[in-house]
Amino acid sequence: MTRIAVVDYGAGNLVSIEQALAAAGAEIVLVRRAEALADADAMVVPGVGAAAPAMARLRRRGLEAPILAWIAAGRPFLGICLGLQLLFDGSDEDDAVTLGVLPGRTVRLADAPRLPHIGWNQVERRRAHPLFAGIEDDADFYFVHSYAAAPGPGTDDVILAETAHGGRFVSAIARGSLAGVQFHPERSGSDGLRLLANFVGLARAAGSPPGLTRAPALAR
Amino acid sequence: MLRVRVIPCLDVADGRVVKGTRFVDLTDEGDPPELAERYAAEGADEIVYLDIDAAPGGRGTLLEVVERTARRAFVPLTVGGGVRSVTEMRDVLRAGADKVSFNTAAVRDPGLVRRCARRFGSQAVVVAIDARRRAGPDDPGAGWEVVVKGGREATGLDALAWAELAVAAGAGELLVTSIDRDGTGAGYDTVLLRAIADRVQVPVIASGGASGPDDFVAAVRDGGASAVLAASIFHRRRHSIADVKAVMAAAGIPVRLVAGTAA
Repeated sequence: MTRIAVVDYGAGNLVSIEQALAAAGAEIVLVRRAEALADADAMVVPGVGAAAPAMARLRRRGLEAPILAWIAAGRPFLGICLGLQLLFDGSDEDDAVTLGVLPGRTVRLADAPRLPHIGWNQVERRRAHPLFAGIEDDADFYFVHSYAAAPGPGTDDVILAETAHGGRFVSAIARGSLAGVQFHPERSGSDGLRLLANFVGLARAAGSPPGLTRAPALAR
Repeated sequence: MLRVRVIPCLDVADGRVVKGTRFVDLTDEGDPPELAERYAAEGADEIVYLDIDAAPGGRGTLLEVVERTARRAFVPLTVGGGVRSVTEMRDVLRAGADKVSFNTAAVRDPGLVRRCARRFGSQAVVVAIDARRRAGPDDPGAGWEVVVKGGREATGLDALAWAELAVAAGAGELLVTSIDRDGTGAGYDTVLLRAIADRVQVPVIASGGASGPDDFVAAVRDGGASAVLAASIFHRRRHSIADVKAVMAAAGIPVRLVAGTAA
């Protein structure tokens, strides 16, 4: 069974994300310590709220280095909302220094008629990606945030989708097996469940290359 | 484009959905998660639970209901009623809610709003404002007063001033209920809604007075609401969520239409 590590660092509700991934046939491991990452096939970093306290909690739990190592190894990763924003260099919200996996910053939504941006909005794809397989272009997903990642120079290939709220912002990214979404798939009805199932499928494919049988994990 | 949300509100007491008039003559209407899932399937953009159970020990029951809901209905869930501390809010979020709505507790201690927003982010903090017109129903110049305890207790606070203060303290949304209209079916108080929506940058959720889909249109067009909440018209199945959204869409309001729910 595909094992998904969901990083639990006290940044929001994990019940729905757990349930949605389980519905897609994954086994969920809640990760509060790095050791719990052993045997996982993929990692999900959820989260809402501000970047600085989130980074502080990740560091306190010794999770920053293992997350960076996981991404550097090209293993399947999905960041949700704050989990996407943390991938960039830093956040304007509280001047937090974040993971720095991708160049760019998290900035306040420009020209927004109202903030926070709360509710269902259209995710307009720039290109096809297996994460969105079976989901209509411009489908509605649920957002709740005031800041969004602004990818820096040389990251045009990273942008997967955009959304308009006054100005336009990046609502999904992907590079290799790294992916992130600004919306909440676990709160986005059937399309959200589909997206998470697609991620589980990608993790399964990455974990079991064709022609290879995985050895059963030892001593859980 | 951001959709205008349609939000059914369920009154919950002792782990059950109840119906009644102003907290009296309550009747049992079913299992909250089951109803929430049904509404989600019909196109509800969020669900609100209002915990009207003042009984001690009722919190455990509520948390269990929240968790069962989060496992079944994959739309956002807001819980209002009875949360008085950061710790209590943490428990409700951990059980699976996305937002907590504060009413009386916020009026008594605006610092609670600030502490909860700092800990969980403004997006998780809703301040519910129950407002009553100060003078005759057609004299908006007199303004509105904030009332608490389901409208039984006046506070002397001006509703518009309180709205600004609540947002400054960290509220990410305001849920504005006209106590004059609540339960009357006379339509939302669009003058009140517009007065508040013009003063704050956060989304305003309209509440109190809906009797049909046209009221939802007015709350958005005239009141400037970002979301519209109703209870009884959905529970009594006078109108489905899909009916309401179809009328809103026909009026040019952007709504999320869910496949298979056409009116």
